[in-house]
Amino acid sequence: MDLFLQQTTNALALGGTYALLALGLAVVFSIMGLINFAHGELMTISGYTLMYAGAAGLPFAVSVPLAILAAMVAAVAMERIAFRPVRNGSGATMLITSFAVAMILQVLFQNLISARSQAVLLPAILSESVHVGGLIIGVNKIVAIAATVVMLIFLDQFMSKQKTGIAMRAAAEDFAVARLMGIRANTVIAGAFALSGLLAGVAAVLWVSQRASVDPLMGFTPVLKAFIAAILGGLGSLRGAVAGGFALGFIEVYLAAFLPQHMQEFRDPIGLGIVVLILLVRPNGLVPSRVLGAIKV
Amino acid sequence: MPLLSVSGLQVRYGAVEAVRGVDFEINEGEIVTLLGANGAGKSSTLNALVGLVPVAGGRVVFDGEDITDHAPERLAPMGMTLSPEGRRVFGTLTVEENLRMGAYGITDKAATRAAWERVFDLFPILHERRAQFAGTLSGGQQQMLAVGRALMSGPRLLLLDEPSLGLAPKIVEQVFDLIALLRDQGVTLVVVEQNVGMALEVADRGYVLSGGEITTRGTARELAEAGDLQAAYLGAD
Repeated sequence: MDLFLQQTTNALALGGTYALLALGLAVVFSIMGLINFAHGELMTISGYTLMYAGAAGLPFAVSVPLAILAAMVAAVAMERIAFRPVRNGSGATMLITSFAVAMILQVLFQNLISARSQAVLLPAILSESVHVGGLIIGVNKIVAIAATVVMLIFLDQFMSKQKTGIAMRAAAEDFAVARLMGIRANTVIAGAFALSGLLAGVAAVLWVSQRASVDPLMGFTPVLKAFIAAILGGLGSLRGAVAGGFALGFIEVYLAAFLPQHMQEFRDPIGLGIVVLILLVRPNGLVPSRVLGAIKV
Repeated sequence: MPLLSVSGLQVRYGAVEAVRGVDFEINEGEIVTLLGANGAGKSSTLNALVGLVPVAGGRVVFDGEDITDHAPERLAPMGMTLSPEGRRVFGTLTVEENLRMGAYGITDKAATRAAWERVFDLFPILHERRAQFAGTLSGGQQQMLAVGRALMSGPRLLLLDEPSLGLAPKIVEQVFDLIALLRDQGVTLVVVEQNVGMALEVADRGYVLSGGEITTRGTARELAEAGDLQAAYLGAD
């Protein structure tokens, strides 16, 4: 039972990070139909900011907001430079553009920083653990869960109370009519990217906190997972992204913990098999987007 | 000076010419109706006026300003807006959020407060249902919401695309009563309609489109008496 609870905590921490990343993908997808594979590079930019800030001797409390800000600025710049020119292109055009952005950034990281993994200085407390009723929980796991909860509450409030957040939901449902209301296309799209950068930045800090290192390909795997999570939850649905993120986190952690030793090498195919089975039963995902198929001029 | 003047308006979708050089004028305080069969170019005309589809040729002037190439988001703050065909309320937003979006481009706080009062005054049902998701409203209520949302920006010129489409006859009557009431409140209206009889009853003037061109124009009475309306609707030349 203790092992089960222990693993559940791990699953919540990992699933929360996937949920934040999937949300970042979903926010942008719901508004402009772009699956941004360069989302992972936003994470990497955050990771490197954290590394440089640490190396420069900045306190962690300063380098974290700096790292998050870097991802937001990079996301907005990415939209302005790479995605705005192809905004009215097909989904495939935008997808390929995002691959190009991702690859260009990876090469830049390799050539300008290092192809090898770099250590990131973290406060010692992150690698400590606390005893909670018989469980030993890493501080970094607690931080991850808490950060996820805070971000989800923030996002929910932003989307339901703030004028800009409501406008983003309106634009996700019917972009043309949203513009008729006086909602500027550039504002909502830049806002969506800033929000996705914020989510990628927070996720990056959590990701690096578990590993204490950063490399040029750091963002690739987590964003691939987040993409799977977004599909599992229902592409374009924000609640779906959260559900899919946690579901994937639970599947991965439980399989790693409870699958018999001789089957461990099949862990990933089994995990993806479960995802496929869920999608067979619910082809539109766990919480399908309510606006998919809405008329767009 | 007319409130809106359109000259030589052209709209193309690829090789298809949907609107082929249309001229018309709307004067302040009028109700003008655009009539014609499906595919005659009525909706394309309205969508081009507000910038939702690109203008391929011609000129659109609203209140003395050339708005031919204005992006849609610039028009609501200028005092011109469109309530699109099929209502297109934001179904996943509440009634209140829909109305709030209607006033998005308006920075004048007092004007926005007055708009809330006016809309809830016109449509008490929207006040009652303000916390409900718009997608759960009936068709008639959604039409009221669509018009209410458009009114939130305090428009001087309101374009209504097929406001009676798919509504029960009793509700259709309410919609046309509303159109007349709005005119009395000082709003200038352009109404695209399939319901020719009702449209001509409430309108001052009208234009008949066929094949992307204006074939007939006149006062509502003249159009009602002319015999070729039926032909225009059947799409016969």
